[in-house]
Amino acid sequence: MGSVSLEGVSKSFGAIKVIHGADLDIQDGEFVVFVGPSGCGKSTLLRMIAGLESISHGSLRIGDRLVTDVEPGDRGISMVFQSYALYPHMDVTENLSFGLRMNGNKAADTSERVRGAASVLQLDSLLARLPKQLSGGQRQRVAIGRSIVRKPQVFLFDEPLSNLDAELRVQMRVEIARLHHELGATMIYVTHDQTEAMTLADRIVVLRAGHIEQVGTPLALYTDPDNQFVAGFIGSPRMNFLTGEARGHVDGRQAVVLSGQGDAVVEVALSQPLPSGTPVSLGLRPEHAQVGSPGPGTFTTTIDVVEYLGATSYLYSGTTTKEPLIVARQGVHTDRAGDQVVVGVPPDKAILFAADGTRLR
Amino acid sequence: MKSRSRTVLLRSLALHAVIVPLALLWLLPIWMMIVFASMEDSAIFSAEVQLWPGDRFIENFHELQAELDFVRTIVVSVVVAVIYTAASVVLTSMAGWALARYRFHGRGLVVSIILGTMTLPYFVVVIPQFIMVARDFGLSNTWIALIVPPLFNSLGVLFMRQAFTMMPADLFDAARIDGVSEWQIFRHVALPLARPMLAALSIILFLHSWNNYLWPLLISNDRSMMTAPVALGSLFGLLDVSWGGVMVGSVLLTAPMLVVFIFMQRFFMAGITAGAVK
Ligand SMILES: Nc1ncnc2c1ncn2[C@@H]1O[C@H](COP(=O)(O)OP(=O)(O)OP(=O)(O)O)[C@@H](O)[C@H]1O
Ligand SMILES: [Mg+2]
Repeated sequence: MGSVSLEGVSKSFGAIKVIHGADLDIQDGEFVVFVGPSGCGKSTLLRMIAGLESISHGSLRIGDRLVTDVEPGDRGISMVFQSYALYPHMDVTENLSFGLRMNGNKAADTSERVRGAASVLQLDSLLARLPKQLSGGQRQRVAIGRSIVRKPQVFLFDEPLSNLDAELRVQMRVEIARLHHELGATMIYVTHDQTEAMTLADRIVVLRAGHIEQVGTPLALYTDPDNQFVAGFIGSPRMNFLTGEARGHVDGRQAVVLSGQGDAVVEVALSQPLPSGTPVSLGLRPEHAQVGSPGPGTFTTTIDVVEYLGATSYLYSGTTTKEPLIVARQGVHTDRAGDQVVVGVPPDKAILFAADGTRLR
Repeated sequence: MKSRSRTVLLRSLALHAVIVPLALLWLLPIWMMIVFASMEDSAIFSAEVQLWPGDRFIENFHELQAELDFVRTIVVSVVVAVIYTAASVVLTSMAGWALARYRFHGRGLVVSIILGTMTLPYFVVVIPQFIMVARDFGLSNTWIALIVPPLFNSLGVLFMRQAFTMMPADLFDAARIDGVSEWQIFRHVALPLARPMLAALSIILFLHSWNNYLWPLLISNDRSMMTAPVALGSLFGLLDVSWGGVMVGSVLLTAPMLVVFIFMQRFFMAGITAGAVK
């Protein structure tokens, strides 16, 4: 039905290779989110699935059909654009029905589908308006409505909410989640927004410079990243990386000396012992760092900046050094810039990366 | 508050004191054309200048009509201009669309060649064109010769290409996803959005054809196929010209253009400045 499978899909614009052999299997009904830094190829990959960009190499299947060279209109997909892309000279009804009308769909069925989409998205009272007479949120609902009337197997979204203000974004996010639940269709969604990715996705695909770095559930990417890039990209504020050096390995635990933090020693679970002296990077999420009293596996640092957000505060230290550190602190406290705090590294939460960024398990 | 509005008023008065005489100065020749068109030749050439129209407009028109079948030449001009405008709008917008939207080998070259033709003075082109059309094809004094050669219009192609390039590509992508054919996208999405530009281009093309003198002068010297400006111009060589009649002809040639321009001005400005400000 609505499964999507990419096999060695790559894309070049002239001499520039933008997507490097992507392999990905998306299940029918799954909600998959593409994330990655700007320019990494998220939109390009999505547009290749849509058929708006040709596929230079590799193959693409939607359902059990090979669609590598099929026209966008015949792929059983629909797409919602960041710019909404509503036809400015048509009112909402005409916008919703345009594709169906042009393809000779029966008038009765067309108006039935338009009515259905309008009621799902609460557009009933706006049907006679032109796009310029709608608010941003209403425009985006029309754009989503236009994709619904096609009854596609796969919905594609390219940063659909990034033009909306924060409150509306939350509202529309919930609406999209509800839609996914109601329609049960496959959805592929590109976003910059961590929260959108974490809350909407069944699985997240992390892209970097045209490579798929990791595919997994939001929780898996958060707790068990495959490499330093994914670890740094997922989670906000981003994970701290402390430079260290391997020492002894006892009982499945690797001792690591944090050379940037007063040679504190942390013992992290690791199956394969590292040769003594191997440079490593120790990953520690801000929310896992513990402010406490001195002891083994702790170090002292000076706070540069404190951000109070209410329930949580972020303590920033070493902001001007090569090794900045962010510590999230729950509840009410009195830490101020200039204060010294003792930071503890819980060994079970820390993860290790080799110098080249690969994960050490 | 009060003194402020008075300054504004004074300033606007001063401005109008300059603008109004300038505008009148600009309108003077047009006004004198109307005045002369309604006077006897003897009055036109008399020493004392008349500033108010006389009552001989109809008589002058009859003289003009007797000298050359002016009504027919107007009909020729209108037919040529209308067909030329319609055909040129269709062709240039399709060419502009193709150049704006499709990536194909040699697209850049095609655009440069079209742009290049704009740098050639018309007088360089017109003689070879005349020889080709008149001698090689033997098409003197035909509708085809009057209408088709000027159709190749690089300005129109580039104008429409620019109009389509400035439209957000997402719109056309959305339509493709909707399964709409390329022709339907052009017809139902691109063209409606280009309406102000099409209106402006139509006016430019119509004026271009209506005022065209050199090409019709060369290619149609037969009385029955003359356009109005050419016919009017042909009178100047004669010894015994009815100048009142010539002026009537000028009025008849100018008036429709002024009317069109005044009516379409809104579109015209919208089309010319479209895209300048988002
Ligand atoms: N038509 C094109 N011609 C040449 N290069 C292109 C073209 N479209 C995209 N690229 C390049 O491909 C790369 C990926 O672009 P893409 O738009 O997919 O990035 P993205 O991940 O969607 O970025 P963003 O988050 O900013 O939207 C970029 O380096 C971009 O410069
Ligand atoms: Mg993008």
